[in-house]
Amino acid sequence: MAKHKFGFIASTLMVAGGVIALGISASAADPVIRIGVNGVMSGPAASWGLVNKYCAETTADMINAKGGWLIAGKKYKIEVVGLDDKNDPKISVANAEKLTGMGIKYIIGPNVDTTAGAIVPVVEKAKAMNFPYAFNKDLYLPPRGNSVLGMIASYQAGPVIYKYLKDKKGVKSIAFLARNEADPLNQRKEGLEAATALGLKIMSSEATYEAGTTDFNPVLSSLVPQAPDLIVLSGVAPADAPLLIKTARELGYKGLFSTETAQDAKVLQEVAGSAADGFISVGGASNAQIRSKYMEDFIAAYSKKVGEWNDEAGTKVYALEMILRVMQQNPKAVNDVSEFKKTMATFNIKNPFLKETKPLKFVGSAYFKQPRQIGVPMVVNEFKMGTFSTLFVGSVE
Amino acid sequence: MTQVIVNGLLLGSTYMLMALGITLIFAIMNVMNFAHGQMYVFGGFVTYYVFGQWHVPYPIALAASAVVVAAIGFLFERFLFRPVMRRSNREETTMLLAVGTALLLDSVALVVFGEKQRGVPDVVSGVWQFAGAYIPWRRVLVFFIAIALATGFLAFIQYTRPGRALRAIAQDRETAAAHGVDVSRYSALGFALGAMLAGLAGGLLVTTEAVNAGAGSFASIKAFTMIMIGGAGVVSGAIAGAFLLAFAEAIGYYLMPGSLPYLTILVGLIVFLLFRPQGLMGKRWG
Repeated sequence: MAKHKFGFIASTLMVAGGVIALGISASAADPVIRIGVNGVMSGPAASWGLVNKYCAETTADMINAKGGWLIAGKKYKIEVVGLDDKNDPKISVANAEKLTGMGIKYIIGPNVDTTAGAIVPVVEKAKAMNFPYAFNKDLYLPPRGNSVLGMIASYQAGPVIYKYLKDKKGVKSIAFLARNEADPLNQRKEGLEAATALGLKIMSSEATYEAGTTDFNPVLSSLVPQAPDLIVLSGVAPADAPLLIKTARELGYKGLFSTETAQDAKVLQEVAGSAADGFISVGGASNAQIRSKYMEDFIAAYSKKVGEWNDEAGTKVYALEMILRVMQQNPKAVNDVSEFKKTMATFNIKNPFLKETKPLKFVGSAYFKQPRQIGVPMVVNEFKMGTFSTLFVGSVE
Repeated sequence: MTQVIVNGLLLGSTYMLMALGITLIFAIMNVMNFAHGQMYVFGGFVTYYVFGQWHVPYPIALAASAVVVAAIGFLFERFLFRPVMRRSNREETTMLLAVGTALLLDSVALVVFGEKQRGVPDVVSGVWQFAGAYIPWRRVLVFFIAIALATGFLAFIQYTRPGRALRAIAQDRETAAAHGVDVSRYSALGFALGAMLAGLAGGLLVTTEAVNAGAGSFASIKAFTMIMIGGAGVVSGAIAGAFLLAFAEAIGYYLMPGSLPYLTILVGLIVFLLFRPQGLMGKRWG
């Protein structure tokens, strides 16, 4: 019996040893880079964080299907860990602690100023970096240095769009409408400053609506009769934009609409239809006119994974790609964000998502005194007959 | 000013369906159905698919919303609320269960329907200009359907045998049971009816306001606000609360700038509840 017992223990240990050895060799053969996504993935703003997550997962799937991401002669599998912060700073902090506790050095998100600001101490303490989609300049100005803005900020796109509309469409007066939350209100304030600097007549700068509003007739009934040439939907969520536009049109508004946030063509078409024709927004790399073959492959993979394409992803496709390409240039950045920061200063490649040869690098020095922004091209789109067409492609520089 | 009155009326008619559903469930079961907004969202998505995607005529899509969400309500009552209420008579137990069902439906909606806002083609198009007000025909249609549905519901409650049974349970559950009312059966019916009203509201409002998976919580909050104003568990109170909130929004946004309208509404509600915690038409508790 004792002999049997010894034999059982010995064989168990051997099997366990074999499994452990296999695990080590497997992990040695397939090293993994884990990337965190921390953003709002539920509630009315779910699309912001979910699109971040879907983009990162799609990129990871594409890379893993090809055997991994080559860094210094070694192929790494990419694993994405996505956590929903419900747009709540407390949850966002807990998520950041969890992600950094897992040894993750690079986190995509969060999506708004309050959540992005809340996780800064966690990210800095853990010597990690994050790529928020929040516009508050304090996140990116020294002495802060571990956050990199993932898209074009409203204060960068707003002045360019207003000037274009003033010069090309004869816009002379402007009104602002914002959701009554910190981010949209900040964006309205910055838009107001830009419009004032351009000499546009401000017809209204106080109108707001509460989060969760679905009937916009009451708020627009007092705004539309002022008949501004342009209504700016400051920081508008893709869910709200088509309803606001359709309601304003039904109330007799004949002017233009614009926003500095990314929108989705299908949502605009389904909810507002032709009422949204002429709506100007900031997009990414998803327009058929400008996208590369690589971007088309990404769109196909994203659509297969999620079920349908979302134009918001055109701006959010960049973050993981940039992180991985920096690591490719400087392999030490895989585990050391100080190395990542060093490479950011000189990183400059051809934008893989655009057909035309355009540089892709870290920008934002003019705004943040250091390059703490992904150089997403400023693609200004006009919605017409169910799709976006590109008006012009600019740069924050 | 005509526009403000029109806005209040149109908004109130749709709020009314939400408020009636939630107040019915509260009256019958003494349960605050926190998942009411999520049921509204499901109703919206059923109409979105049946009418918007599969191009089935709108009345059938609206009926489908009613049936599907009524079935969800029935299943919730039969397999969640009834067993829990049998084992525990503590109010916080059902409250937690209701919150749980809301979170469940929220997550299911996000997984099944995705993150995007969804809208359907106009059932009727065009805008009617009346006395200086702009009134889209689709909102007029929603107004009349909502009024017809609410009238039908009131007639059902007032004049039919099941309606009388539901009223009896709402007044006194034990006494109703002692008089031979099958409380379990009618509770299931009441819950299903309340859910159905939320589904109908969703099916109606998707034509004017679209729908997204995350809209449920805000819809629930508004529905709670209405029945707090009117008095929880009282049908006439739900109707009054719906129209009062709608007119407060319409007038508030017309007269006040920025975030003041809702701030004023909520402060007003707090002050009102200090003096009349049972709402306009509710019975004093305790």
